[in-house]
Amino acid sequence: MRSTPREPGGRGGGASPHPLLKVASVETLYFDRIYALFGVSLEIEEGEIFTVLGPNGAGKTTLLRTIAGLLKDQPKKGEILFRGRRIDGWQPEAVARLGIVYVPEDRGLFRELTVAENLELGLWGRRDDGVRKDLDFVYGMFPILKERARQEAETLSGGEQQMLALGRAMLRRPRLLMLDEPSLGLAPRIARSVYDALGTISRTGTTILLVEQNARLALGVARRGAILEAGRVVLEGTSAEIQANENVREVYLGLGTEEAAVKGWRLYRKRRRW
Amino acid sequence: MMDRFLQYGLTGLSAGSLYALVALGLVLIYRSTRVLNFAHGDIATLATFVSYSLLSNHYSFPVAFLASLLVGGAVGIAFYFGVLVKAQREGANLLGMVILTLGLALIIQGVVVWWWGAEPVSLPFPISDTTTYRFGGVVVSQLSLATMAAGLVGSVLLYLLVQRTRLGLAMRATSENVMAAQTLGIPTRLVLGLSWGVASALGVVAGIFLAPALLLDPFFMLDPFLKGFAAAVLGGLNSLPGAVVGALILGVAESLAGAYLTIQFKNTLAFLIIIVVLLVRPEGLLGKEFKERV
Repeated sequence: MRSTPREPGGRGGGASPHPLLKVASVETLYFDRIYALFGVSLEIEEGEIFTVLGPNGAGKTTLLRTIAGLLKDQPKKGEILFRGRRIDGWQPEAVARLGIVYVPEDRGLFRELTVAENLELGLWGRRDDGVRKDLDFVYGMFPILKERARQEAETLSGGEQQMLALGRAMLRRPRLLMLDEPSLGLAPRIARSVYDALGTISRTGTTILLVEQNARLALGVARRGAILEAGRVVLEGTSAEIQANENVREVYLGLGTEEAAVKGWRLYRKRRRW
Repeated sequence: MMDRFLQYGLTGLSAGSLYALVALGLVLIYRSTRVLNFAHGDIATLATFVSYSLLSNHYSFPVAFLASLLVGGAVGIAFYFGVLVKAQREGANLLGMVILTLGLALIIQGVVVWWWGAEPVSLPFPISDTTTYRFGGVVVSQLSLATMAAGLVGSVLLYLLVQRTRLGLAMRATSENVMAAQTLGIPTRLVLGLSWGVASALGVVAGIFLAPALLLDPFFMLDPFLKGFAAAVLGGLNSLPGAVVGALILGVAESLAGAYLTIQFKNTLAFLIIIVVLLVRPEGLLGKEFKERV
């Protein structure tokens, strides 16, 4: 499969004329000449969990940061549309105000502020009366945050920090929640419970764009996904389609035989597969 | 004997209060934008001269005081938005921005000399330097009491602003992690601009309370600026409580050095203390090293 002429994939219903987020032929460069994204196109539908998988350096984080408006003067080419409206080139604060909430790989917590203060900052700019309810939702999902409300964020464990980051993100009432490797650095059991929380969040109708290296976890919750390698989308489809792909089974899921895996990996480095 | 110690200690606290106001402003700006503001003293000088003009034209002291705060704050905010933000957009590094503050300092000095002249003048001030009160064996002038009160009120107001308000929370968040604050929709530029304004206004308070103790000339804030800077380094450049602690230690130390050693040794001792502290604790008394964040 090629990157640019996108397969319609498992696009369902089509209730709204626009996908929630459309990334069209986006090119992002570092230092004006190093390509990080080489014409990436994706469409994320309202309400789904969409995962972007790929190895280190594939451009996954760059993609999220480009969408969030955190990279100055980027994307160089292409368009990003949110609910049909162009948002590329916007200031990060303006993108955030649209309800696009980005949780970076380092979780973006204020380590010297307390858990309660971190959550309060998640409520920045909100004046509606749903605040109480949303706080209850977050504390219900992660009761540990209530216990640790007065502690500084840096005293939390990795899993608790991820929960705080997710909880704070939810207080922003995200239309699109962008998560960068929420399982990073967590013990498998903790990662599992973070992913259970993602399920809970998704059931509230929140659209999630999930970047992961842990393909098994991500494909377990995602409806659709894409594989990004060296700044290009090399495969896109439903989770089932992606899981059925031979290359994915071998390289991302480790489902091949040992023999095939070793041989495959050697070949993988030599041969262009996609 | 004891009286003499207390007397000089008190004088030191009074000077320390002024250093604290200067240091708090420097730390506030350093913490939030990582820039050392070399124009801090000159912004205060300019604003104090505004007070001088207003008071000479028979405006009341509160009006003059408020006008000076506004002028100082406005210069800080204007410099942040008009120069620093633009420089940052063009890719200026921190050193470049520090040099820009030096440029601002020189520009303000020029403006002050051009408008008010370089002749020392005295600021008509409602609080007297010669009216004194006696507590036991210790004599305090009205001005020293007012200076200490100004330092205390300034520090407490800043504490309340930073620790108890939403703007303060946003300031703390922004100074710790700008990117995270941006992604939460916090208007970080506005928050940083206001930090510059508040910091400059604190320096102005120091200028106005210092001016009546000496004569007003275009360079009268140079010494307190250096002391405030030293106090901030002593306390830890990123710690607001550290700025106050460092300033009081510095004020008392130099006053006692003047009393018990020799007056020529006043400044030397203060900086000796700083050198020793920094050799033992490079991050300052209450400072924390900035962690690298990628």
